Amino acid sequence: MRTVTLPVAYMPLVDAAPLIVAREMGFDHAEGISLDLRPAPSWSSLRDMLAFGHVDAAHLLSPIPVAMALGLGGIATSLSAVSVLSLNGNVIGVGTQLAHRMADQGYGFDFVDAKQAGAALAEAAADVLVFGVPFPFSMHVELLRYWVAGTALANKQVEIRTVPPPLMAQALAAGEIDAFCVGEPWGSFAVDDQVGALLLPGRAIWTCAPEKVLAVRNDWAETEPHLLGSLMRAVWQAGRWLSTSESRTTASEMLSRKAYLNVSPELVDRALMGAFTISARGEQRHVDGFVEFFEGAASFPWRSQAKWIAHQLAERNGIDASTAERQAAKVFRSDLYRRELQGSGVETPGASEKVEGALPEATAVASANGSLILPQNVFFDRRIFEPSI
Amino acid sequence: MSNNLTVVVVEQNQERAFAIVDALKESGDVDVIVIGDVSGLARKIAMHSPDIVLIDIDNPSRDMLEELTVASGPMDRPVAMFVSGAAGGLAKAAVEAGVSAYVVDGLQAERIKPVMDTAIARFQVLRQMRVELAETRRALEERKVIDRAKGLIMKAKGIPEDEAYALMRKAAMNENRRVADVAQALVTASGLLS
Repeated sequence: MRTVTLPVAYMPLVDAAPLIVAREMGFDHAEGISLDLRPAPSWSSLRDMLAFGHVDAAHLLSPIPVAMALGLGGIATSLSAVSVLSLNGNVIGVGTQLAHRMADQGYGFDFVDAKQAGAALAEAAADVLVFGVPFPFSMHVELLRYWVAGTALANKQVEIRTVPPPLMAQALAAGEIDAFCVGEPWGSFAVDDQVGALLLPGRAIWTCAPEKVLAVRNDWAETEPHLLGSLMRAVWQAGRWLSTSESRTTASEMLSRKAYLNVSPELVDRALMGAFTISARGEQRHVDGFVEFFEGAASFPWRSQAKWIAHQLAERNGIDASTAERQAAKVFRSDLYRRELQGSGVETPGASEKVEGALPEATAVASANGSLILPQNVFFDRRIFEPSI
Repeated sequence: MSNNLTVVVVEQNQERAFAIVDALKESGDVDVIVIGDVSGLARKIAMHSPDIVLIDIDNPSRDMLEELTVASGPMDRPVAMFVSGAAGGLAKAAVEAGVSAYVVDGLQAERIKPVMDTAIARFQVLRQMRVELAETRRALEERKVIDRAKGLIMKAKGIPEDEAYALMRKAAMNENRRVADVAQALVTASGLLS
C-alpha cells in the first residue's frame, strides 16, 4: 500500500512512546501514513520546527501551545493540541546533600504525600531553593509552583531555572540547582549517577496532569484533515497497545534503541512499570499510573485542562484570567478529536470540560456509546478548579 | 557611549565562534561577545543586556534562552524571536540556516537586517561544513570496515580481492542492505568467533 510520509518531531523521552510505538508497530502504515520521526535538540527548536513547517506534527509540552495562544514567549503561530499524548510522567528530585539532611530529620521518602514532602524539604533547605526544569512553559513549572504555593515551601525563596534535561544531573552536581522536576528517564538517570534522590512523582501533586500533547499547525489541520485523522488514529492505537501490561517490556526495548532514547531498557522500564529506584542506596518505590497513555480517555483533550494551564499562566504574567481561559480553550481541540476518532471504536466523553480535581475516585460518566470510566482526578491540596465560561 | 549593536554569540566551539565574530564585525558597527560556557546562561546573557543573541539551533542549551522571552522584572527587556512584519522572512531564513536569533523587542528591522544577513550566511556555511565533515568521516569509517571485511573473506575463502567484494555486494543486494552494513556484521561476527 502506498503511504504518505509525515514528518513528526519529538523529544527523546519516555512519553514520546505513542509516536515511537505507532511507527515501530506499524500503526502508521495501517492508516496509510508513514511517520518520519525526527528528534529535536531542544523544546524551542521543536516548537520552531512545527511553527515554521519543517514538520507537520509534534510531541509538545502541553503549556507551549497555550502560552503561544496567550502571546507569551515570542513565536505566535497558532497551534492545535489535537490529543493528549500522556498524563503525568514527571518526577521531582533533590540533590544528595539535601536528601541526606531530609533523611536525618526522619523523613521517610514515601513518594506519595506531597504535603509532607514539601514540609520536609522546607525544613532541610536553605532560604533560597533553586529548581531546574526543562522549559519555562511546561507542566513541570506549573506543578512545581502549585506544590510550592500549597506547602511549607511557600515561605522559602524558590527560584526556577531552565536546564536541558541531559544536563540536569551535571547542574545538580555543580550546585547550580538544588532540586529538579523533569520527565523520565532523566530523574532516574540522576539517581543512577549518584547525584540525587527522587522525592515525588508528578501525579502526587495532580493525579491527572496533561503532560504532553500531539500538536499541529491550525492551517495544516484545516488543509489536511485526512492526514490528521490518520495520524490521530495511529497514535491512539499506539496508546491502546501501550496500555496492556504485556506490551511494556517490548516498549522499553523499542524506546531504548539508539535511534530513540539511547539509554538502557531497564531505565525506561522504571517509568513504564512505575517501579522506581529513588536513591543511590537502591530504595524501591512503586507508583500506579506513573504515566498514562490510554486508560480513562487519557488522550481526550479536555478544554478544562487548557483552561487550568491558562489560568496559572495568566495569574503569573498579569493577564486577565477569564480572557486567557477563553483563548486557551480553543487550543485543546476536543472538536477535532470527536470528529476524527468517533466511530473508530474510541470512547469519547459526552462533555468537553470537567471540574479538574473533583474526582476522588474513578467514576463512570456519560460517553458517546454509553459510559466511560474517568480516573481519579485530585490535586494534593484537594482544591478544585472550576473553569470559567 | 557608542551606538553599536551588542550581539551575544553562544558557541562552545572556539573556531566556530571566531568565524562568526569575524564575519559580524565586517558587517558593520557591532560589539560582539562570545559565551562558551552555558552554565547559568540566561543570567550571563542578561548581564551584557545585548540587542541580539545568536545561538546554534542544534544547541540543547537553547531552551535556557527562552526564559528571556518573558520579562521577569520591570527593568528587564523582553526578548523575542522576531516573527512579525518585515523581519518575519528573516526569522524563517535564520531557522533554515540553523541559527536562532533572539532580538530585543522594539528594535527596528533595518538595524537588525545587516547583522542577521551576515549571521545567516555564516551559519549556513558552518552547517554545510559540519555536514560535509560528518559525511566524510562516515565514508572513511565505512571504507575501513569494508576493507577489513574484504580481508576476512579473502583469508577465509582464499579468493582475490575483487571476488571478495563481489560476494559482499551480492549478499547486500539479496538482503536489501547496504554493503557497509553487511561488512560491519561480518567484522562483528568474526570478532565474536575468533
